[in-house]
Amino acid sequence: MEYPKELRYSEEHEWVRVEGNKAFIGITAFAQDELGDIVFVELPEVDDVIEVDEPFGSVESVKTVSELYAPVSGKVLEVNEDLEDNPEFVNESPYEKAWMIVVELSDESELGKLMSADDYQKMVSEE
Amino acid sequence: MSSLKRTPLFELYKEYGAKVIDFGGWELPVQFSSIKEEHETVRTKAGLFDVSHMGEITVKGGEAEAFLQFLMTNDVSKLKDGGAQYTAMCYEDGGTVDDLLVYKRGEGDYLLVVNAANIEKDYDWLIKNKKGNIEIQNISDDIAQLALQGPVAEAVLQKLTEYDLSGIGFFKFAEDLEIDGKKALVSRTGYTGEDGFEIYTDSKDAPHLWKAILEAGKEDGVLPIGLGARDTLRFEARLALYGQELTAEISPLEAGIGFAVKLNKEPDFIGKDALRKQKEDGLKRKLVGIEMIDKGIPRTDYDVFKNDEKIGEVTTGTQSPTFGKNLGLALIDSKYTELGTEVEVQVRKRRLKAEVVKAPFYKR
Repeated sequence: MEYPKELRYSEEHEWVRVEGNKAFIGITAFAQDELGDIVFVELPEVDDVIEVDEPFGSVESVKTVSELYAPVSGKVLEVNEDLEDNPEFVNESPYEKAWMIVVELSDESELGKLMSADDYQKMVSEE
Repeated sequence: MSSLKRTPLFELYKEYGAKVIDFGGWELPVQFSSIKEEHETVRTKAGLFDVSHMGEITVKGGEAEAFLQFLMTNDVSKLKDGGAQYTAMCYEDGGTVDDLLVYKRGEGDYLLVVNAANIEKDYDWLIKNKKGNIEIQNISDDIAQLALQGPVAEAVLQKLTEYDLSGIGFFKFAEDLEIDGKKALVSRTGYTGEDGFEIYTDSKDAPHLWKAILEAGKEDGVLPIGLGARDTLRFEARLALYGQELTAEISPLEAGIGFAVKLNKEPDFIGKDALRKQKEDGLKRKLVGIEMIDKGIPRTDYDVFKNDEKIGEVTTGTQSPTFGKNLGLALIDSKYTELGTEVEVQVRKRRLKAEVVKAPFYKR
């Protein structure tokens, strides 16, 4: 499974791509594979504020519901509305088509707590 | 993980790409490729399931029929040799001990097939209520069960046996037939809403049969199927799952399996008075199908509301792979069970609109 080097990763299996003070957030290849066929993605609305480690939405596979935990805090600037009609993007393209939200970072120091691709890969290979 | 039980096929799962989970104390495959693909395969071709975790209990002796009549809600006396019957066992209060199949192999010779999670409970219940000259034996560890389900199931299985499978009718079975040289009991039964067979065999022969059936079905697109798709398949066909649609607190009448409750059969049976009273008084709650109107997926144990009053709970729900709709089964107050009634389902923090619809959702 792929874990792009330029992304940061959380223990709850979200990835973060930083562009300036904005962060794109999605779930990792490992997470989507564990969940299986994703059939529904529930996301916050633009202007909602999410808090690090708190749930900000959920993904549902045929079998289960799984909460999404915010890897960083911030105000939601954009929500990927394509996922409403195409939840399968999460399986097909977890890092590209299936970005979930973009937030304006409220505390950049939170990025320091996230893992590198190598560390994340190490973590999931031990699970 | 080491304390989890395994079926005789466990060693083969990996070879077929299984994702293994803890399922009620058993280490079983939840999926091999993907739940959606496996579901579709069973609906359009056929799929092979390892259901060896299911329990098998034999009841033998001259008074076996009388004993089973006393424990089962269905009328066991209607069974002929080579016939199988779906039934429930109830507590005195009408709550369900288990739902199961009874196979009649001959006079005074029965095989009960029970849910994996209930094997010990059922066995203890049978022993506790034992009457007359009978012998009850739990043979679950010696028996493996495979299920081949789907439109091409018969054609595929026929390649491996000389026995004319078309002669096995729905809920009938044949014993001691040879499948690729291995002895098996084969019944035309299942838990998917499709045509197909359940195959009982000696545990040691199960790996051979698993491989042989998949090989025989290769050109027809037969795939191994995990418990995830087993659940979505049985759900669409509104086949009850013990622990969800049926529990010690839910009677078979409430769960919509009244066809397996014969209140008019002559012999008394455990739970009869309570079930009769439920029926005479009118059921207070019933199992219905619901379809979400708002976006969201109903799931087991989600509360169902009408006008801010809690009227019941979802027993099973998912996005139906066959229809792509967000569907559920819910046990709700009988006042609101008319088709088309709008209800609300509590999905996390929100109450989402749903409608009572016809179930089973799927009929072949």
